[in-house]
Amino acid sequence: MKILVCIKQVPQKDAPLKLNEAGTWIREDVSYEVNEPDAYALEEALRQKEKHGGEVVVITAGPTRSQQVLREALAKGADRAIHLEDDRFGALESTNTARAIAAAIEGEKFDLVVTGLQSDDYGAAQTGVLLAEILGWPHATIIIGIEKTDSGVHLKRELEAGHYQFIDMPLPAVLTIQSGINKLRYATLIGIKQAKMKPMRKVSYGEVEAKLSKNLQRIERLYVPVKQKKTEMLEGTPPEVAKKLVEHLRNTVRVI
Amino acid sequence: MADCILVVAEHREGKLNRASFETIAGAQAISKETGWAVEVVVVGEGLDAVIAELATKIVSRVYAIEAAALAAYTSDAYVYALKNFVSTKQPKLVLFPHTYQVRDFAPRLALALDRTLISDAIGYKFESGKLLFSRQMFQGKFAADVSFAGDPPWLVTFQIGAFRGDLAEPGSAPTEKVTAAVAEGAPRVTPHEVFQEAKQAVDLSQAAIIIAVGRGIKEQKNVAIAENLAAALGGELAASRPICDNGWLPLERQVGSSGQTVAPKLYIAIGISGAIQHIVGMKGARTIVAINKDAEAPIFEIADIGVVGNLFDIVPALTAEIVKVKAGT
Repeated sequence: MKILVCIKQVPQKDAPLKLNEAGTWIREDVSYEVNEPDAYALEEALRQKEKHGGEVVVITAGPTRSQQVLREALAKGADRAIHLEDDRFGALESTNTARAIAAAIEGEKFDLVVTGLQSDDYGAAQTGVLLAEILGWPHATIIIGIEKTDSGVHLKRELEAGHYQFIDMPLPAVLTIQSGINKLRYATLIGIKQAKMKPMRKVSYGEVEAKLSKNLQRIERLYVPVKQKKTEMLEGTPPEVAKKLVEHLRNTVRVI
Repeated sequence: MADCILVVAEHREGKLNRASFETIAGAQAISKETGWAVEVVVVGEGLDAVIAELATKIVSRVYAIEAAALAAYTSDAYVYALKNFVSTKQPKLVLFPHTYQVRDFAPRLALALDRTLISDAIGYKFESGKLLFSRQMFQGKFAADVSFAGDPPWLVTFQIGAFRGDLAEPGSAPTEKVTAAVAEGAPRVTPHEVFQEAKQAVDLSQAAIIIAVGRGIKEQKNVAIAENLAAALGGELAASRPICDNGWLPLERQVGSSGQTVAPKLYIAIGISGAIQHIVGMKGARTIVAINKDAEAPIFEIADIGVVGNLFDIVPALTAEIVKVKAGT
Protein backbone atom coordinates (compact mmCIF):
# COMPACT_ATOMS: atom_id res chain seq x y z
CA MET A 1 0.00 0.00 0.00
CA LYS A 2 1.19 3.48 -0.81
CA ILE A 3 0.14 5.62 2.15
CA LEU A 4 0.19 9.39 2.66
CA VAL A 5 0.25 10.68 6.24
CA CYS A 6 -0.77 14.31 6.81
CA ILE A 7 0.85 15.69 9.96
CA LYS A 8 0.92 19.07 11.63
CA GLN A 9 3.29 20.86 13.97
CA VAL A 10 1.53 22.38 16.99
CA PRO A 11 2.69 24.07 20.22
CA GLN A 12 3.88 21.58 22.84
CA LYS A 13 1.15 20.41 25.19
CA ASP A 14 2.45 22.14 28.29
CA ALA A 15 4.03 25.13 26.51
CA PRO A 16 2.96 28.37 28.20
CA LEU A 17 1.10 30.22 25.46
CA LYS A 18 0.77 34.00 25.30
CA LEU A 19 -1.34 36.22 23.07
CA ASN A 20 0.48 38.47 20.62
CA GLU A 21 0.09 42.22 21.08
CA ALA A 22 -2.59 42.56 18.43
CA GLY A 23 -4.67 39.81 20.07
CA THR A 24 -4.93 37.98 16.78
CA TRP A 25 -2.72 34.96 17.42
CA ILE A 26 -0.33 33.44 19.94
CA ARG A 27 3.27 34.53 20.28
CA GLU A 28 5.25 32.10 18.17
CA ASP A 29 8.31 31.86 20.44
CA VAL A 30 7.22 28.56 21.98
CA SER A 31 8.32 24.93 21.62
CA TYR A 32 6.54 22.83 19.04
CA GLU A 33 5.83 19.14 18.56
CA VAL A 34 3.88 16.88 16.26
CA ASN A 35 0.11 16.94 16.76
CA GLU A 36 -0.56 13.83 18.86
CA PRO A 37 -3.33 12.19 16.80
CA ASP A 38 -1.11 12.65 13.71
CA ALA A 39 1.65 10.69 15.47
CA TYR A 40 -0.81 7.80 15.83
CA ALA A 41 -1.75 8.12 12.14
CA LEU A 42 1.94 7.85 11.20
CA GLU A 43 2.42 4.84 13.46
CA GLU A 44 -0.58 3.13 11.87
CA ALA A 45 0.77 3.82 8.37
CA LEU A 46 4.16 2.34 9.32
CA ARG A 47 2.47 -0.77 10.73
CA GLN A 48 0.36 -1.24 7.59
CA LYS A 49 3.48 -0.95 5.46
CA GLU A 50 5.28 -3.52 7.62
CA LYS A 51 2.37 -5.93 7.08
CA HIS A 52 1.56 -5.31 3.43
CA GLY A 53 4.62 -3.61 1.95
CA GLY A 54 4.53 -0.34 0.06
CA GLU A 55 5.59 3.17 0.86
CA VAL A 56 4.85 5.76 3.57
CA VAL A 57 5.04 9.43 2.59
CA VAL A 58 4.57 12.25 5.13
CA ILE A 59 3.36 15.73 4.30
CA THR A 60 2.98 18.94 6.28
CA ALA A 61 2.12 22.55 5.48
CA GLY A 62 3.78 25.33 7.44
CA PRO A 63 6.86 27.48 7.99
CA THR A 64 10.46 26.25 7.96
CA ARG A 65 10.31 25.14 11.60
CA SER A 66 7.61 22.58 10.77
CA GLN A 67 10.22 20.56 8.84
CA GLN A 68 11.13 19.13 12.24
CA VAL A 69 8.01 16.93 12.36
CA LEU A 70 8.83 15.56 8.89
CA ARG A 71 12.40 14.73 10.01
CA GLU A 72 11.05 12.89 13.03
CA ALA A 73 8.62 10.94 10.85
CA LEU A 74 11.44 9.96 8.49
CA ALA A 75 13.52 8.86 11.49
CA LYS A 76 10.64 6.63 12.63
CA GLY A 77 10.51 4.94 9.24
CA ALA A 78 8.62 7.04 6.70
CA ASP A 79 10.23 6.76 3.25
CA ARG A 80 10.03 10.35 2.05
CA ALA A 81 8.51 13.70 2.88
CA ILE A 82 6.73 16.61 1.22
CA HIS A 83 6.92 20.06 2.78
CA LEU A 84 4.48 22.77 1.73
CA GLU A 85 6.82 25.40 3.06
CA ASP A 86 5.59 28.93 3.70
CA ASP A 87 4.40 30.99 6.66
CA ARG A 88 1.17 31.66 4.76
CA PHE A 89 0.07 28.03 4.99
CA GLY A 90 -0.55 28.53 8.69
CA ALA A 91 -3.24 31.13 8.00
CA LEU A 92 -5.31 28.90 5.71
CA GLU A 93 -8.65 27.54 6.80
CA SER A 94 -9.10 23.76 6.69
CA THR A 95 -10.58 23.77 3.16
CA ASN A 96 -7.59 25.55 1.69
CA THR A 97 -5.12 23.40 3.64
CA ALA A 98 -6.81 20.35 2.12
CA ARG A 99 -6.65 21.97 -1.34
CA ALA A 100 -2.93 22.68 -0.90
CA ILE A 101 -2.28 19.06 0.10
CA ALA A 102 -4.32 17.78 -2.84
CA ALA A 103 -2.34 20.02 -5.20
CA ALA A 104 0.99 18.88 -3.76
CA ILE A 105 0.23 15.18 -4.34
CA GLU A 106 -1.18 15.55 -7.83
CA GLY A 107 0.15 12.79 -10.04
CA GLU A 108 0.96 10.49 -7.10
CA LYS A 109 -1.22 7.42 -6.77
CA PHE A 110 -1.87 6.82 -3.09
CA ASP A 111 -4.02 3.91 -1.88
CA LEU A 112 -4.66 5.47 1.48
CA VAL A 113 -4.41 8.86 3.17
CA VAL A 114 -4.36 8.95 6.97
CA THR A 115 -4.26 11.88 9.38
CA GLY A 116 -5.13 12.60 13.00
CA LEU A 117 -8.78 13.18 13.82
CA GLN A 118 -8.13 16.78 14.85
CA SER A 119 -5.35 19.19 15.70
CA ASP A 120 -4.44 20.40 19.17
CA ASP A 121 -4.33 24.06 18.02
CA TYR A 122 -7.40 24.81 15.86
CA GLY A 123 -9.23 21.61 16.70
CA ALA A 124 -11.52 22.00 13.69
CA ALA A 125 -11.43 18.28 12.88
CA GLN A 126 -12.07 18.96 9.21
CA THR A 127 -8.95 18.77 7.03
CA GLY A 128 -9.00 14.99 6.46
CA VAL A 129 -12.70 14.91 5.61
CA LEU A 130 -12.34 17.88 3.25
CA LEU A 131 -9.36 16.26 1.52
CA ALA A 132 -11.57 13.24 0.78
CA GLU A 133 -14.21 15.50 -0.80
CA ILE A 134 -11.57 17.25 -2.94
CA LEU A 135 -10.08 13.93 -4.08
CA GLY A 136 -13.55 12.45 -4.58
CA TRP A 137 -12.68 9.49 -2.36
CA PRO A 138 -14.70 7.82 0.42
CA HIS A 139 -13.60 8.56 3.96
CA ALA A 140 -14.19 7.55 7.55
CA THR A 141 -13.41 9.36 10.80
CA ILE A 142 -12.29 8.50 14.34
CA ILE A 143 -10.83 5.15 13.29
CA ILE A 144 -9.43 2.80 15.92
CA GLY A 145 -8.74 -0.26 13.78
CA ILE A 146 -7.67 -0.87 10.16
CA GLU A 147 -7.59 -4.25 8.47
CA LYS A 148 -6.78 -4.58 4.80
CA THR A 149 -9.13 -6.84 2.86
CA ASP A 150 -9.20 -8.06 -0.76
CA SER A 151 -11.61 -5.31 -1.73
CA GLY A 152 -10.40 -2.42 0.43
CA VAL A 153 -10.32 -1.88 4.18
CA HIS A 154 -12.34 -3.18 7.14
CA LEU A 155 -12.46 -0.37 9.72
CA LYS A 156 -13.46 0.03 13.33
CA ARG A 157 -15.01 3.42 14.06
CA GLU A 158 -15.37 4.85 17.52
CA LEU A 159 -18.77 6.36 18.31
CA GLU A 160 -19.78 8.18 21.46
CA ALA A 161 -20.19 6.69 24.94
CA GLY A 162 -18.50 3.35 24.36
CA HIS A 163 -20.23 2.47 21.07
CA TYR A 164 -18.40 1.19 18.00
CA GLN A 165 -19.11 0.30 14.41
CA PHE A 166 -17.36 -1.71 11.71
CA ILE A 167 -17.49 -0.41 8.17
CA ASP A 168 -16.05 -1.61 4.88
CA MET A 169 -14.86 0.65 2.12
CA PRO A 170 -12.86 0.42 -1.08
CA LEU A 171 -9.50 2.08 -1.64
CA PRO A 172 -8.33 4.72 -2.25
CA ALA A 173 -9.80 6.33 0.87
CA VAL A 174 -9.05 8.94 3.52
CA LEU A 175 -9.14 7.96 7.21
CA THR A 176 -8.86 10.15 10.31
CA ILE A 177 -7.20 8.30 13.18
CA GLN A 178 -8.06 8.38 16.87
CA SER A 179 -5.28 8.59 19.47
CA GLY A 180 -4.58 5.25 21.13
CA ILE A 181 -5.19 3.10 18.02
CA ASN A 182 -1.69 1.65 18.53
CA LYS A 183 1.46 2.06 20.61
CA LEU A 184 3.81 4.75 19.34
CA ARG A 185 7.38 3.81 18.54
CA TYR A 186 10.47 5.84 19.22
CA ALA A 187 12.96 6.76 16.54
CA THR A 188 16.16 4.71 16.72
CA LEU A 189 19.65 6.16 16.36
CA ILE A 190 20.02 4.39 13.02
CA GLY A 191 16.65 5.76 11.98
CA ILE A 192 17.71 9.30 12.81
CA LYS A 193 20.89 8.83 10.78
CA GLN A 194 19.07 7.37 7.81
CA ALA A 195 16.48 10.14 7.89
CA LYS A 196 19.07 12.63 6.78
CA MET A 197 19.47 10.75 3.51
CA LYS A 198 15.77 10.41 2.75
CA PRO A 199 14.18 12.65 0.12
CA MET A 200 12.25 15.74 1.15
CA ARG A 201 10.38 17.55 -1.61
CA LYS A 202 9.59 21.21 -1.01
CA VAL A 203 6.50 22.76 -2.49
CA SER A 204 6.23 26.55 -2.51
CA TYR A 205 3.10 28.61 -1.94
CA GLY A 206 3.29 29.80 -5.54
CA GLU A 207 3.09 26.24 -6.86
CA VAL A 208 -0.32 25.57 -5.26
CA GLU A 209 -1.76 29.10 -5.02
CA ALA A 210 -3.91 28.71 -8.14
CA LYS A 211 -5.75 25.82 -6.44
CA LEU A 212 -6.65 27.85 -3.34
CA SER A 213 -9.56 30.22 -2.92
CA LYS A 214 -10.48 32.99 -0.54
CA ASN A 215 -10.80 31.90 3.10
CA LEU A 216 -14.55 31.78 3.84
CA GLN A 217 -14.15 32.19 7.59
CA ARG A 218 -12.05 34.58 9.58
CA ILE A 219 -10.77 34.68 13.16
CA GLU A 220 -11.76 38.15 14.34
CA ARG A 221 -10.01 37.93 17.69
CA LEU A 222 -8.30 35.50 20.03
CA TYR A 223 -8.64 35.91 23.79
CA VAL A 224 -8.35 34.21 27.15
CA PRO A 225 -11.77 32.66 27.81
CA VAL A 226 -14.05 34.29 30.32
CA LYS A 227 -14.30 32.19 33.45
CA GLN A 228 -17.60 30.37 33.85
CA LYS A 229 -17.20 29.74 37.55
CA LYS A 230 -15.70 31.42 40.55
CA THR A 231 -12.81 29.20 41.56
CA GLU A 232 -11.54 29.27 45.10
CA MET A 233 -7.78 28.84 44.90
CA LEU A 234 -6.12 27.19 47.90
CA GLU A 235 -2.59 28.20 48.72
CA GLY A 236 0.11 27.11 51.15
CA THR A 237 2.42 24.17 51.75
CA PRO A 238 1.06 20.76 50.75
CA PRO A 239 -0.01 19.90 54.35
CA GLU A 240 -1.71 23.31 54.69
CA VAL A 241 -3.52 22.93 51.39
CA ALA A 242 -4.55 19.40 52.37
CA LYS A 243 -6.00 20.68 55.63
CA LYS A 244 -8.01 23.45 53.93
CA LEU A 245 -9.28 21.07 51.28
CA VAL A 246 -10.37 18.46 53.83
CA GLU A 247 -12.26 21.13 55.77
CA HIS A 248 -14.04 22.04 52.58
CA LEU A 249 -14.83 18.42 51.73
CA ARG A 250 -16.18 17.96 55.24
CA ASN A 251 -18.22 21.12 55.74
CA THR A 252 -19.32 22.21 52.27
CA VAL A 253 -19.22 19.15 50.02
CA ARG A 254 -20.00 16.83 52.93
CA VAL A 255 -18.29 13.72 51.66
CA ILE A 256 -16.19 13.06 54.75
CA MET B 1 -38.63 32.65 0.83
CA ALA B 2 -38.30 33.95 4.38
CA ASP B 3 -34.86 33.78 5.96
CA CYS B 4 -34.41 30.73 8.13
CA ILE B 5 -32.09 28.82 10.42
CA LEU B 6 -32.06 25.12 9.64
CA VAL B 7 -31.24 22.75 12.50
CA VAL B 8 -30.06 19.29 11.43
CA ALA B 9 -31.23 16.97 14.20
CA GLU B 10 -29.68 13.56 14.83
CA HIS B 11 -31.04 10.15 15.69
CA ARG B 12 -29.65 6.64 15.94
CA GLU B 13 -31.97 3.88 14.77
CA GLY B 14 -35.01 6.09 15.21
CA LYS B 15 -34.06 7.30 18.69
CA LEU B 16 -33.55 11.06 18.87
CA ASN B 17 -30.15 12.26 20.10
CA ARG B 18 -30.93 14.71 22.93
CA ALA B 19 -28.15 17.02 21.73
CA SER B 20 -30.59 17.98 18.95
CA PHE B 21 -32.59 19.95 21.53
CA GLU B 22 -29.46 21.86 22.55
CA THR B 23 -28.99 22.94 18.93
CA ILE B 24 -32.66 23.93 18.72
CA ALA B 25 -32.21 26.02 21.89
CA GLY B 26 -29.19 27.71 20.24
CA ALA B 27 -31.19 28.34 17.07
CA GLN B 28 -34.08 29.82 19.07
CA ALA B 29 -31.67 32.21 20.81
CA ILE B 30 -30.13 33.33 17.50
CA SER B 31 -33.62 33.66 16.03
CA LYS B 32 -34.55 36.19 18.72
CA GLU B 33 -31.68 38.43 17.57
CA THR B 34 -31.98 37.99 13.82
CA GLY B 35 -35.69 37.38 13.34
CA TRP B 36 -34.93 34.32 11.20
CA ALA B 37 -37.39 31.44 11.52
CA VAL B 38 -36.15 28.12 12.94
CA GLU B 39 -36.76 24.95 10.97
CA VAL B 40 -35.59 21.44 11.77
CA VAL B 41 -34.62 18.60 9.46
CA VAL B 42 -33.76 15.01 10.19
CA VAL B 43 -32.45 12.38 7.77
CA GLY B 44 -33.16 8.64 7.78
CA GLU B 45 -35.97 6.17 7.36
CA GLY B 46 -39.12 5.59 9.46
CA LEU B 47 -38.79 8.90 11.30
CA ASP B 48 -42.41 9.39 12.46
CA ALA B 49 -41.59 9.23 16.17
CA VAL B 50 -38.49 11.40 15.77
CA ILE B 51 -40.28 14.24 13.98
CA ALA B 52 -43.21 14.04 16.39
CA GLU B 53 -40.76 14.60 19.27
CA LEU B 54 -38.97 17.45 17.49
CA ALA B 55 -42.32 19.10 16.71
CA THR B 56 -42.92 19.70 20.44
CA LYS B 57 -40.63 22.76 20.34
CA ILE B 58 -41.20 26.30 19.05
CA VAL B 59 -40.02 25.90 15.45
CA SER B 60 -41.72 26.78 12.16
CA ARG B 61 -41.54 23.33 10.61
CA VAL B 62 -39.97 19.90 11.04
CA TYR B 63 -38.88 18.03 7.92
CA ALA B 64 -38.08 14.34 7.58
CA ILE B 65 -35.90 13.47 4.61
CA GLU B 66 -36.57 9.78 4.10
CA ALA B 67 -35.24 7.02 1.86
CA ALA B 68 -34.29 3.36 2.28
CA ALA B 69 -30.71 4.29 1.40
CA LEU B 70 -30.62 6.48 4.52
CA ALA B 71 -31.70 3.75 6.96
CA ALA B 72 -28.12 3.26 8.18
CA TYR B 73 -25.82 6.28 8.31
CA THR B 74 -23.22 6.76 5.60
CA SER B 75 -21.56 10.09 4.96
CA ASP B 76 -22.03 9.71 1.20
CA ALA B 77 -25.83 9.31 1.40
CA TYR B 78 -26.24 12.01 4.08
CA VAL B 79 -24.17 14.54 2.15
CA TYR B 80 -26.07 13.82 -1.07
CA ALA B 81 -29.52 14.16 0.51
CA LEU B 82 -28.70 17.23 2.61
CA LYS B 83 -26.84 19.01 -0.17
CA ASN B 84 -29.95 18.74 -2.29
CA PHE B 85 -32.25 19.94 0.49
CA VAL B 86 -30.06 22.84 1.63
CA SER B 87 -29.42 24.12 -1.91
CA THR B 88 -33.16 24.21 -2.57
CA LYS B 89 -34.03 25.76 0.75
CA GLN B 90 -31.15 28.29 0.95
CA PRO B 91 -31.26 28.90 4.72
CA LYS B 92 -29.07 31.62 6.23
CA LEU B 93 -27.66 29.26 8.83
CA VAL B 94 -27.38 25.51 9.11
CA LEU B 95 -26.75 24.33 12.68
CA PHE B 96 -25.72 20.89 13.91
CA PRO B 97 -24.80 19.35 17.25
CA HIS B 98 -21.05 18.55 17.17
CA THR B 99 -21.52 14.78 17.45
CA TYR B 100 -19.18 12.14 16.05
CA GLN B 101 -21.64 11.59 13.19
CA VAL B 102 -21.79 15.28 12.33
CA ARG B 103 -17.99 15.51 12.44
CA ASP B 104 -18.00 12.70 9.89
CA PHE B 105 -20.16 14.38 7.23
CA ALA B 106 -20.64 18.12 7.92
CA PRO B 107 -17.26 19.34 6.56
CA ARG B 108 -17.91 17.39 3.36
CA LEU B 109 -21.43 18.81 3.08
CA ALA B 110 -20.09 22.36 3.49
CA LEU B 111 -17.55 21.90 0.71
CA ALA B 112 -20.10 20.18 -1.55
CA LEU B 113 -22.19 23.36 -1.15
CA ASP B 114 -19.06 25.43 -1.85
CA ARG B 115 -19.34 26.88 1.64
CA THR B 116 -17.44 26.62 4.92
CA LEU B 117 -18.17 25.10 8.32
CA ILE B 118 -17.30 26.65 11.68
CA SER B 119 -16.95 23.56 13.84
CA ASP B 120 -17.34 22.96 17.57
CA ALA B 121 -18.63 26.45 18.47
CA ILE B 122 -19.49 27.07 22.13
CA GLY B 123 -21.66 30.14 21.57
CA TYR B 124 -22.47 33.04 19.31
CA LYS B 125 -22.37 36.83 19.39
CA PHE B 126 -24.50 39.23 17.41
CA GLU B 127 -22.48 42.41 16.99
CA SER B 128 -23.76 45.31 14.88
CA GLY B 129 -25.76 43.04 12.64
CA LYS B 130 -22.97 40.48 12.24
CA LEU B 131 -22.98 36.94 13.61
CA LEU B 132 -19.81 35.71 15.26
CA PHE B 133 -19.29 32.20 16.59
CA SER B 134 -17.00 31.52 19.54
CA ARG B 135 -14.88 28.41 19.63
CA GLN B 136 -12.14 27.06 21.82
CA MET B 137 -8.59 27.09 20.51
CA PHE B 138 -5.38 25.45 21.72
CA GLN B 139 -7.27 22.86 23.76
CA GLY B 140 -9.34 25.48 25.53
CA LYS B 141 -6.44 27.72 26.55
CA PHE B 142 -7.87 30.44 24.29
CA ALA B 143 -11.15 31.25 22.64
CA ALA B 144 -11.68 32.83 19.22
CA ASP B 145 -14.56 34.73 17.68
CA VAL B 146 -14.96 33.59 14.11
CA SER B 147 -17.01 35.22 11.35
CA PHE B 148 -18.13 34.08 7.92
CA ALA B 149 -16.47 35.91 5.04
CA GLY B 150 -18.60 34.44 2.24
CA ASP B 151 -22.27 34.11 1.34
CA PRO B 152 -24.84 32.04 3.25
CA PRO B 153 -25.76 29.33 3.91
CA TRP B 154 -23.33 29.40 6.81
CA LEU B 155 -22.73 26.08 8.53
CA VAL B 156 -21.94 25.77 12.24
CA THR B 157 -21.66 22.86 14.67
CA PHE B 158 -22.27 23.47 18.37
CA GLN B 159 -20.28 21.67 21.05
CA ILE B 160 -22.31 19.29 23.22
CA GLY B 161 -23.44 21.29 26.26
CA ALA B 162 -23.06 24.70 24.55
CA PHE B 163 -26.80 25.26 25.06
CA ARG B 164 -29.23 23.68 27.48
CA GLY B 165 -31.57 21.31 25.68
CA ASP B 166 -34.14 21.51 28.48
CA LEU B 167 -34.44 25.23 27.76
CA ALA B 168 -35.56 24.69 24.16
CA GLU B 169 -38.94 26.42 24.20
CA PRO B 170 -41.93 24.11 23.87
CA GLY B 171 -44.46 24.58 21.09
CA SER B 172 -46.22 22.67 18.38
CA ALA B 173 -44.84 22.61 14.86
CA PRO B 174 -46.16 21.20 11.58
CA THR B 175 -44.21 18.28 10.13
CA GLU B 176 -43.49 17.47 6.51
CA LYS B 177 -41.98 14.47 4.79
CA VAL B 178 -39.58 15.02 1.94
CA THR B 179 -38.44 12.29 -0.43
CA ALA B 180 -34.68 12.14 -0.26
CA ALA B 181 -32.40 12.66 -3.21
CA VAL B 182 -30.47 9.41 -3.58
CA ALA B 183 -27.31 9.02 -5.64
CA GLU B 184 -27.37 6.56 -8.52
CA GLY B 185 -25.14 3.52 -8.48
CA ALA B 186 -24.00 1.21 -5.69
CA PRO B 187 -22.98 2.80 -2.36
CA ARG B 188 -19.21 2.92 -1.76
CA VAL B 189 -19.30 2.32 1.97
CA THR B 190 -20.87 -0.64 3.79
CA PRO B 191 -21.79 0.16 7.40
CA HIS B 192 -22.33 -2.64 9.93
CA GLU B 193 -24.31 -2.67 13.17
CA VAL B 194 -23.46 -0.24 15.95
CA PHE B 195 -22.43 -2.17 19.06
CA GLN B 196 -21.02 -1.86 22.56
CA GLU B 197 -18.09 -3.99 23.70
CA ALA B 198 -18.68 -6.42 26.59
CA LYS B 199 -20.87 -4.74 29.15
CA GLN B 200 -18.91 -2.22 31.15
CA ALA B 201 -18.09 -3.53 34.60
CA VAL B 202 -17.63 -0.07 36.06
CA ASP B 203 -20.56 2.33 35.96
CA LEU B 204 -18.96 5.64 36.82
CA SER B 205 -22.21 7.50 36.13
CA GLN B 206 -23.55 6.27 39.47
CA ALA B 207 -20.44 7.11 41.52
CA ALA B 208 -20.76 9.83 44.18
CA ILE B 209 -17.04 10.50 44.39
CA ILE B 210 -14.62 10.25 41.49
CA ILE B 211 -10.85 10.69 41.60
CA ALA B 212 -9.57 11.16 38.06
CA VAL B 213 -5.98 11.19 36.81
CA GLY B 214 -4.51 12.70 33.68
CA ARG B 215 -1.25 13.05 31.86
CA GLY B 216 0.32 14.90 34.80
CA ILE B 217 0.66 11.60 36.65
CA LYS B 218 3.59 10.90 34.26
CA GLU B 219 4.12 7.18 34.89
CA GLN B 220 1.95 4.12 35.39
CA LYS B 221 3.36 3.41 38.86
CA ASN B 222 2.26 6.87 40.01
CA VAL B 223 -1.41 6.00 39.43
CA ALA B 224 -1.20 4.41 42.91
CA ILE B 225 -1.09 7.93 44.38
CA ALA B 226 -4.59 8.58 43.07
CA GLU B 227 -5.70 5.07 43.95
CA ASN B 228 -4.77 5.71 47.58
CA LEU B 229 -6.79 8.93 47.61
CA ALA B 230 -9.77 7.14 46.07
CA ALA B 231 -9.54 4.45 48.73
CA ALA B 232 -9.34 7.02 51.53
CA LEU B 233 -12.41 8.85 50.22
CA GLY B 234 -14.34 5.76 49.20
CA GLY B 235 -14.45 6.97 45.59
CA GLU B 236 -14.03 5.47 42.14
CA LEU B 237 -10.85 5.87 40.15
CA ALA B 238 -11.20 7.38 36.66
CA ALA B 239 -8.94 8.84 33.98
CA SER B 240 -8.67 11.09 30.98
CA ARG B 241 -8.12 9.54 27.60
CA PRO B 242 -4.28 9.52 27.38
CA ILE B 243 -4.07 7.40 30.54
CA CYS B 244 -6.33 4.74 29.02
CA ASP B 245 -4.57 5.01 25.64
CA ASN B 246 -1.34 4.14 27.47
CA GLY B 247 -3.05 1.17 29.08
CA TRP B 248 -2.38 2.48 32.61
CA LEU B 249 -6.07 2.15 33.46
CA PRO B 250 -8.74 0.17 31.59
CA LEU B 251 -10.85 1.98 28.98
CA GLU B 252 -13.96 1.46 31.11
CA ARG B 253 -12.59 4.04 33.55
CA GLN B 254 -12.29 6.76 30.92
CA VAL B 255 -14.34 9.93 31.39
CA GLY B 256 -15.03 12.15 28.40
CA SER B 257 -16.70 12.30 25.01
CA SER B 258 -15.47 8.87 24.00
CA GLY B 259 -15.85 7.40 27.49
CA GLN B 260 -18.38 7.82 30.25
CA THR B 261 -20.33 10.92 31.23
CA VAL B 262 -20.43 11.41 34.98
CA ALA B 263 -22.16 13.69 37.49
CA PRO B 264 -20.79 12.85 40.96
CA LYS B 265 -21.05 14.91 44.10
CA LEU B 266 -17.29 15.36 44.07
CA TYR B 267 -14.83 15.14 41.17
CA ILE B 268 -11.14 15.53 41.92
CA ALA B 269 -9.09 16.06 38.76
CA ILE B 270 -5.43 15.26 39.30
CA GLY B 271 -2.95 16.34 36.64
CA ILE B 272 -5.74 16.79 34.09
CA SER B 273 -5.31 19.86 31.89
CA GLY B 274 -8.98 19.92 30.93
CA ALA B 275 -9.12 19.30 27.18
CA ILE B 276 -12.63 19.82 25.79
CA GLN B 277 -13.09 16.09 25.20
CA HIS B 278 -12.60 15.42 28.91
CA ILE B 279 -14.62 18.35 30.20
CA VAL B 280 -17.79 17.39 28.31
CA GLY B 281 -17.80 14.16 30.31
CA MET B 282 -17.51 15.66 33.82
CA LYS B 283 -18.67 19.25 33.91
CA GLY B 284 -21.96 18.09 35.44
CA ALA B 285 -20.17 17.23 38.71
CA ARG B 286 -21.52 19.18 41.70
CA THR B 287 -18.09 20.11 43.07
CA ILE B 288 -14.95 20.01 40.95
CA VAL B 289 -11.53 20.11 42.60
CA ALA B 290 -8.54 20.55 40.29
CA ILE B 291 -4.93 19.91 41.21
CA ASN B 292 -2.50 20.93 38.48
CA LYS B 293 0.98 22.42 38.21
CA ASP B 294 -0.07 24.78 35.40
CA ALA B 295 -2.08 27.74 36.68
CA GLU B 296 -3.26 28.40 33.11
CA ALA B 297 -4.68 24.89 32.61
CA PRO B 298 -8.26 25.08 31.26
CA ILE B 299 -9.46 22.72 34.03
CA PHE B 300 -9.36 25.74 36.39
CA GLU B 301 -12.02 27.42 34.20
CA ILE B 302 -14.60 25.00 35.49
CA ALA B 303 -13.15 24.07 38.89
CA ASP B 304 -14.85 25.13 42.14
CA ILE B 305 -11.67 24.61 44.11
CA GLY B 306 -8.22 24.87 42.58
CA VAL B 307 -4.77 23.98 43.79
CA VAL B 308 -1.76 25.00 41.70
CA GLY B 309 1.21 22.88 42.62
CA ASN B 310 3.02 19.58 42.46
CA LEU B 311 0.51 16.76 42.63
CA PHE B 312 3.19 14.39 43.90
CA ASP B 313 3.39 16.46 47.11
CA ILE B 314 -0.22 17.58 47.41
CA VAL B 315 -2.13 14.36 46.76
CA PRO B 316 -0.27 12.20 49.34
CA ALA B 317 -0.65 15.03 51.89
CA LEU B 318 -4.38 15.15 51.14
CA THR B 319 -4.73 11.38 51.50
CA ALA B 320 -2.88 11.46 54.82
CA GLU B 321 -5.09 14.28 56.10
CA ILE B 322 -8.28 12.43 55.13
CA VAL B 323 -7.11 9.23 56.81
CA LYS B 324 -6.23 11.23 59.93
CA VAL B 325 -9.58 13.06 60.05
CA LYS B 326 -11.57 9.89 59.38
CA ALA B 327 -9.71 8.04 62.15
CA GLY B 328 -10.50 10.86 64.55
CA THR B 329 -14.26 10.84 63.98
